[in-house]
Amino acid sequence: RLEASGSHRSRPSSVLCVMHLEYKDIRNTVGNIPVEWYKDFPHIGYNLDGKKIYKPIRNKDELDDFLDKMENPEYWRTVHDKQTGSDIVLSDDQVELVNRLQRGQFGDVNFNEYEPMVEFFSSDVMIHPITNRPADKRSFIPSLTEKEKVSKLVHAIKMGWLKPRRVEDDGRGRYYDLWASEDSSILARHRMHLPAPKIPLPGHHESYNPPPEYLFTDEERALWEQQDPGDRKLPFVPRKYSSLRQVPAFSHFIHERFERCLDLYLCPRQRKMRVNVNPEDLIPQLPKPKDLQPFPTTQSLVYRGHSGLVRSISVSPSGQWLASGSDDGSVRFWEVCSSRCMKMVQVGGAVKSVAWNPNPSVCLLAVALDSVVLILSPSLADKQVILSSERLLSAQQEGEEPAEGNGSVVWSEAEGEELNQGVRLKIQHPKAVHQVVWHAKGDYLASVMPDNTSHLQVYIHQLSRRRSQNPFSRNKGLVQCVSFHPIRPYFFVATQRSIRIYNLVKQEMTKKLQANSKWISSMAVHPGGDHVICGSYDCKLSWFDLDLSTKPYKMLRHHKKAVRGVAYHRLYPLFASASDDGSVIVCHGTVYNDLLQNPLIVPVKVLRGHVMTHDLGVLDVTFHPTQPWVFSSGADATIRLFT
Amino acid sequence: MGGLQKKKFERGSATNYITRNRARKKLQLSLPDFRRLCILKGIYPHEPKHKKKVNKGSTAPRTFYLLKDIRFLLHEPIVGKFREYKIFVRKLKKAYGKTEWSAVERLRENKPTYKLDHIIKERYPTFIDALRDIDDALCMCFLFSTFARTGKCHVQTIQLCKRLTVEWMNYVITSRSLRKVFLSIKGIYYQAEVMGQLITWVVPYQFSHDHPVDVDYRVMATFTELYTTLLGFVNFRLYNSLNLVYPPKLDSNAESEPKEESEDDYAMNSESYLEKLSALSASLARVVSSAEEEEAQLDHFPTEGEDMEKMEAREKELKQQEAQKKLFEGLKFYLNREVPRESLAFIIRCFGGQVSWDKSVCIGSTYEMTDETITHHIIDRPSVDKQYINRYYIQPQWVYDCVNAKVLLPVEDYFLGVTLPPHLSPFVEEKEGDYVPPEKLKIMALQRGEKTGNEQEEEEEEEEEEEEEEEQEEEEEDDNGDEEDDEEEVAEEKNLKKMEEQRSQGKSLQVKVTPGKLKVENKARLEQEEKAEEKRLAIMMMKKKEKYLYDKIMFGKKRKVREANKLAAKRKAHDDAEKAKKKKARK
Repeated sequence: RLEASGSHRSRPSSVLCVMHLEYKDIRNTVGNIPVEWYKDFPHIGYNLDGKKIYKPIRNKDELDDFLDKMENPEYWRTVHDKQTGSDIVLSDDQVELVNRLQRGQFGDVNFNEYEPMVEFFSSDVMIHPITNRPADKRSFIPSLTEKEKVSKLVHAIKMGWLKPRRVEDDGRGRYYDLWASEDSSILARHRMHLPAPKIPLPGHHESYNPPPEYLFTDEERALWEQQDPGDRKLPFVPRKYSSLRQVPAFSHFIHERFERCLDLYLCPRQRKMRVNVNPEDLIPQLPKPKDLQPFPTTQSLVYRGHSGLVRSISVSPSGQWLASGSDDGSVRFWEVCSSRCMKMVQVGGAVKSVAWNPNPSVCLLAVALDSVVLILSPSLADKQVILSSERLLSAQQEGEEPAEGNGSVVWSEAEGEELNQGVRLKIQHPKAVHQVVWHAKGDYLASVMPDNTSHLQVYIHQLSRRRSQNPFSRNKGLVQCVSFHPIRPYFFVATQRSIRIYNLVKQEMTKKLQANSKWISSMAVHPGGDHVICGSYDCKLSWFDLDLSTKPYKMLRHHKKAVRGVAYHRLYPLFASASDDGSVIVCHGTVYNDLLQNPLIVPVKVLRGHVMTHDLGVLDVTFHPTQPWVFSSGADATIRLFT
Repeated sequence: MGGLQKKKFERGSATNYITRNRARKKLQLSLPDFRRLCILKGIYPHEPKHKKKVNKGSTAPRTFYLLKDIRFLLHEPIVGKFREYKIFVRKLKKAYGKTEWSAVERLRENKPTYKLDHIIKERYPTFIDALRDIDDALCMCFLFSTFARTGKCHVQTIQLCKRLTVEWMNYVITSRSLRKVFLSIKGIYYQAEVMGQLITWVVPYQFSHDHPVDVDYRVMATFTELYTTLLGFVNFRLYNSLNLVYPPKLDSNAESEPKEESEDDYAMNSESYLEKLSALSASLARVVSSAEEEEAQLDHFPTEGEDMEKMEAREKELKQQEAQKKLFEGLKFYLNREVPRESLAFIIRCFGGQVSWDKSVCIGSTYEMTDETITHHIIDRPSVDKQYINRYYIQPQWVYDCVNAKVLLPVEDYFLGVTLPPHLSPFVEEKEGDYVPPEKLKIMALQRGEKTGNEQEEEEEEEEEEEEEEEQEEEEEDDNGDEEDDEEEVAEEKNLKKMEEQRSQGKSLQVKVTPGKLKVENKARLEQEEKAEEKRLAIMMMKKKEKYLYDKIMFGKKRKVREANKLAAKRKAHDDAEKAKKKKARK
């Protein structure tokens, strides 16, 4: 019964079967098991006596069920009991009970669910306690389990595994006077400290209402937008707002702060010394050009007449005549003071070089063209001189016919028309001659035939004996120009990058000067003989002091373009350089007799006048032998005199 | 011979530097921790003089730290704290994973924290050092105090920044040390002189920030951590130096008044207190209630010559500064609701003015708009309905310009609806040869005390322009003269050529004598030319190194001049256009 009542409370579906059992006393004793287990047997369980309860012989099928549903008025209250396999018709009471349960009401009709509440625990103090049990002992003594827990915590705290709750400070009291005592021990570390530079302060550009000139024009704005953010001069576009109300938030504010942060901790710092020099202090203090006079200052005469570029000029030792050789195939003789062309000799080829014999007692001119060197006697002097030069030329006539047939060089007399023009001698060379130079005494003559491949580049001719010789047996590089020492028997040979000095008597090389330039163009020797200047095609002019070293004493980069010609004055401490940029620069170069004092070089004048033609400016420059005048010949077919 | 072979890179600069990765390994720190440590300790990379030597022959780009710096970091107690924090995070993760909420709570309560006091003391051994470096701290704190609670950083940080900046502003007000202000398109720049140090900071305009995604807020937060500590200590010291109570308290007699108004608006008392402080309208309580401030007077020492002059100059400057401090004294301002309240209230109070605003704008307003004693009403709208007669209605720029000019500027240019004059940067100090905008010249004239009416000025301007035109003409004439000279020469040459040609053609020359012209030689000019030539020649003789330096300096100078000229030309074009427009309008 107990079991039944239990099931009664728990499951309403089994209520029916229990009730049914009370009426008919057919009880299945198999218990609450799935009916399917007896599917294959004829019985469905056992009754109280242990007899089998058999299934009804014929199962109702669908049709029976349907008919039953149609015909049987009790059908709706018929329930099929699966455990006994029989149909049970419910009574009215039972139906009522089912309905009540379905509605969620209590099964018992008489049960009152809303009984008045009896307050056991109320605000009123009762005279009698509800229970009169004496209090437990455990309510007086501390709990053991709690004690265990606490002791565990205490142990954990003791061991440092657990930290007691920290007292939160509100931050108000956490500041104090940190710098109350300033100790110097920390200061020591600060020597290497480089404080970060401060952010530059904003200029007028950054104003919300800048003056109009600080705003960008359209072009500036376009340029700003085109530029890479790193290249921009201003990191923002200046804007103008008519009132403070209209100024929007700056979108890059956080960015800028962030970048500053990055700079502070990521940017490598370096202490850089700022040069704060007055640029005027950098300019060297030189003697004033005024104090170094005389030197040529103005262009006073222009010699016109040539139709091609004038490659070379030379002044007679007396200083009265000027000879010039040009690409138009003529050699002209000018009177220096009047700029008149006294004489013109057609030589029939582009003249590369002219050189007046430096001996004042003769009047001869050497002219180099193609592979010939001509000796001209212009007869532009008094009779005495002309006679003496005739004598010099005829002296060898007697001891004629060069004994040593050098083979390659042929001396010959000029005849006919040429003789009338003043050409006296022809020296035929095997190759094109570029330069002729006289020795100071006027008897020897050197000619240069630049050729990279052979040792036959320089010839020295003796005029009085009509003899030629090649002093070098080996090729030492492309010879650019040569020069005789004014006093001693030295011979200067400038190759592409260096100058060699040979002793002609001992027949050996004495010195090799390194010019430190790419390609030497010209060279001049100081009349004292201890200093050499050389110009080069890479715009440099180097001054060598032979007593000091083989390196240039000074490199002058005055010209903008290739230096074509250099010259020393014979008497005054002046030298000049001519360049393709159309200028002649005159410098003052004092050389002291005292060996301890280095030469003083001061540029004193830049002379301009030549017109640039075919990218060529001034081609040659030379000084007047006695006056502080300088002649220059240019590619514009003129010769100019600066006084 | 003999001896040990010297190995490369074992002495000298190679051993003084260490690369970042090696430094990190040496310190056994992760990269974020290393970064944090560098930020807090102020360790920065150094650029070695010979990079290749330091880099052991390699030219790969690397950042180098000084080995000494890294060694110094080894002993930093904060490194231990970093490790503790790492352990804490691990434990917390574990507790979360095991869903042991009580453990999580307990761990959270004991989250390891660290103090930066010793680092501050170490980085800034003296107080002046700290003040010198406080620019960045202020900028950062002001920026963070404007952040909303967006989760970009801790709310506590924002609140702390807000508190510290308010304290700072209150100090500046009380000490009256503000010197310059500048409204830029980025924000508002302020410059204060505290204990002889010029401190500049920038405050963004009050808008919500559009937080960029490519900014690492952790870096910023680390910096802010350091900066808040620094600023707190600096504030404490500054408040002490003025005998003010720190943390700041409002003056007790002034305090009672605003309290009555809006007690209920704020849930927490402390919050409302901070708001009241940040309203900047009340003065602060002092430790010792002092009477009037003593005027600082320079003692006179018997001095001679130069010192005397210097002394006088200093005295003058001091006087001027004293006058500037009292610029707005006696003036009563009222701020309309559309103007930046905090900035204006700060500036006005810094120069001794009284300021108030509408009650609904902010707590702490002291008087109503209807107050008859208000002298200036700051307003930033084109027109206003009801105007009181006995006050000026001016635009906010007036306040800023007055502060920079150090005098009260005429209010006419700043009236309601008037086109404002340009706002110039007070930080630009024009040297000789720099371009000075005409507005600056005007202000400088005002400072000197020259009062020029508008009309007069215009006349003057016109005269000036005429003069300028004349000058230009003269210049042109000069140029023409030069050209004429050249032309003459050319003509002579041509003449000569003609003659030559004629001669060469065999024609007889026409003999003709033309009267010569007297060439007037300008002595001064000749002298100048001579000097110029001398200089040119001397420059030719310069050494290569010096020449390079000289050219560089001259290039910089020329560029400066060019820029100034460009600005002047631009201004002139603009003015001409304006004038033309005006004329058209008149017609």
